[in-house]
Amino acid sequence: MEILVCVTRVPDTAENEIEVNSDGTDIGRDDLVYSVNEWDNYAVEEAIQIRDRVGGSVTVVTVGDDESEEILRREMAMGADSGILLADGAFDGSDGLGIARILKAEVDKGNYDLILTGAQSEGGTAEVGGMLAALLDLPFASLVNQIEIVDEKKIKVGREIEGGNIEVSEIDLPCVLSVQTGINEPRYVGIRGIRKVASLDIPTHGAADLGVDPATVGADGARVKRMDYFIPDLGEGAEMLEGDTEEIISKLIELLKAKGGLK
Amino acid sequence: MTDQIFAYITHKNGVADDSALELSVAAGKINADAAVTAIVAGAGDSLSAVCDEMAKAYPTVWKLDNDALAYPNAEVIRNVLASILPDNAMVLVPHDTFGMDLSPGLSVKMNAAFISDVVDVEGLSDNTLTIVRQEYGGQVSTHVAADISSGAVINVRPGVFQPDDIAAVSGEVVDKSDDIEITDAKRRFLETVEAEVGDVDITKSDVLVSVGRGIEDEDNLEIAFDLAKAMGADVSCSRPIVDAKWMEKSRQVGTSGQTVKPKVYLAAGISGSFQHLGGLKGNPFIIAINKNTKAPIFQVADVGIEADILDFLPELTEAIEEL
Repeated sequence: MEILVCVTRVPDTAENEIEVNSDGTDIGRDDLVYSVNEWDNYAVEEAIQIRDRVGGSVTVVTVGDDESEEILRREMAMGADSGILLADGAFDGSDGLGIARILKAEVDKGNYDLILTGAQSEGGTAEVGGMLAALLDLPFASLVNQIEIVDEKKIKVGREIEGGNIEVSEIDLPCVLSVQTGINEPRYVGIRGIRKVASLDIPTHGAADLGVDPATVGADGARVKRMDYFIPDLGEGAEMLEGDTEEIISKLIELLKAKGGLK
Repeated sequence: MTDQIFAYITHKNGVADDSALELSVAAGKINADAAVTAIVAGAGDSLSAVCDEMAKAYPTVWKLDNDALAYPNAEVIRNVLASILPDNAMVLVPHDTFGMDLSPGLSVKMNAAFISDVVDVEGLSDNTLTIVRQEYGGQVSTHVAADISSGAVINVRPGVFQPDDIAAVSGEVVDKSDDIEITDAKRRFLETVEAEVGDVDITKSDVLVSVGRGIEDEDNLEIAFDLAKAMGADVSCSRPIVDAKWMEKSRQVGTSGQTVKPKVYLAAGISGSFQHLGGLKGNPFIIAINKNTKAPIFQVADVGIEADILDFLPELTEAIEEL
């Protein structure tokens, strides 16, 4: 089974407090730690496990810049067979549809049975997988937390729906799935693993290589544009308990008693 | 363009989801003059009940009745909507697990803009709709401007647009069942597997000590259980704890986990994503403990404490035990 996994490089929210920069044009990027988008990491792990069960190959692809190479190498160290970087100045400022169009062009160059994305990334739009499927005219399922390969023509997938229930469907291949966290336990990648794949060649494809019309991607092609970043004024919020730990604890215990929090 | 706004109604067992009226509120914020049409797709008798209910809030209700729509398979409904919606239409969909499945692809099929997870509407000017959404798990907000000249699919965050004062209308139910196109699905629904029941039913708990990513390590869970024991509470958790397989899914609070209604909810090291807060009902007294004061949980908590839970919880436990 030939599997393509679309990944992206994002500021790691487990490692950073995200703040708005001084003029509200961006988040503060100084000293940010970047990593592969958490959802994508589960997708890559799933792809590797499927390949190890039924054979085939796993390719990781990202739309990004030179710095994005590091996450491709990280996913190759996990076990992906190859990586492709889609980079071009014309791609800058793409909206979700622009990213999906760039990815579609790369998918068209290959012969993939299964295309995975993470269910969402830092922006929380959860859109690229579904758009990519529609552009390719392939079936799609989002929030996938179970994949069972039935045969060469179809698979069974579980989607995580409300209340922890799982919606099970059968899908014809090829298809696009967006993967939810928790579907597996992504393996750990150490420095040594990354060194092993350091010399592997990662081809870069630009707009011309892909046959992408620059007018349909990038900032010019974007119909949906982020105008600023801001912290909303949401009223008072929580009453912060102040003082030393002992004082805070005694205030908290009084509150717990009053609200029925102690039995 | 914007005179035609549609709202996709999610419903189950003959009852419309809460989001059904919220979409009406959101549509009113986009364009107060627009006539909004509710779309109710499904099969059988229960569908009429939903349509009648919606006709009290929407001037027009489109009823799409077909056996193929008995279960809301996003692929089938996507094709139905693409075939029946007029050019340049604007359609509102709840940003729940169905809307996330349906909408991105629908926007491509309609050649319309897709605007995801909207939490507020700023305004509409000519063909530009400006909305507010959040990024980084709610840590920052952004204004987003969308060109809707060729239509838009707008996913609206559930629970945000509260339908406090919707004017009652006597809307008209229009049966459009003969106008829709049902195509062979390449994705076929088989069954729904219900969530497993765990050892503790947190939906019945009055007091919950709930742990999130801030617990850092599986071995540290002990400090939460110790505190819960001292308080007479049960332990629940947020999604990352279940993803890491440290606790059972049945202990997860959130839209993809359990909906809980405790009196007191102590959120320890939980950032407070909207999916997590979506599982918290009944207006509990919320205590948030987190070392990141920018965590969204502090916006909804009654009381906040800036602390590392690994230090704070054991001290709190000790103090309670000494009472």
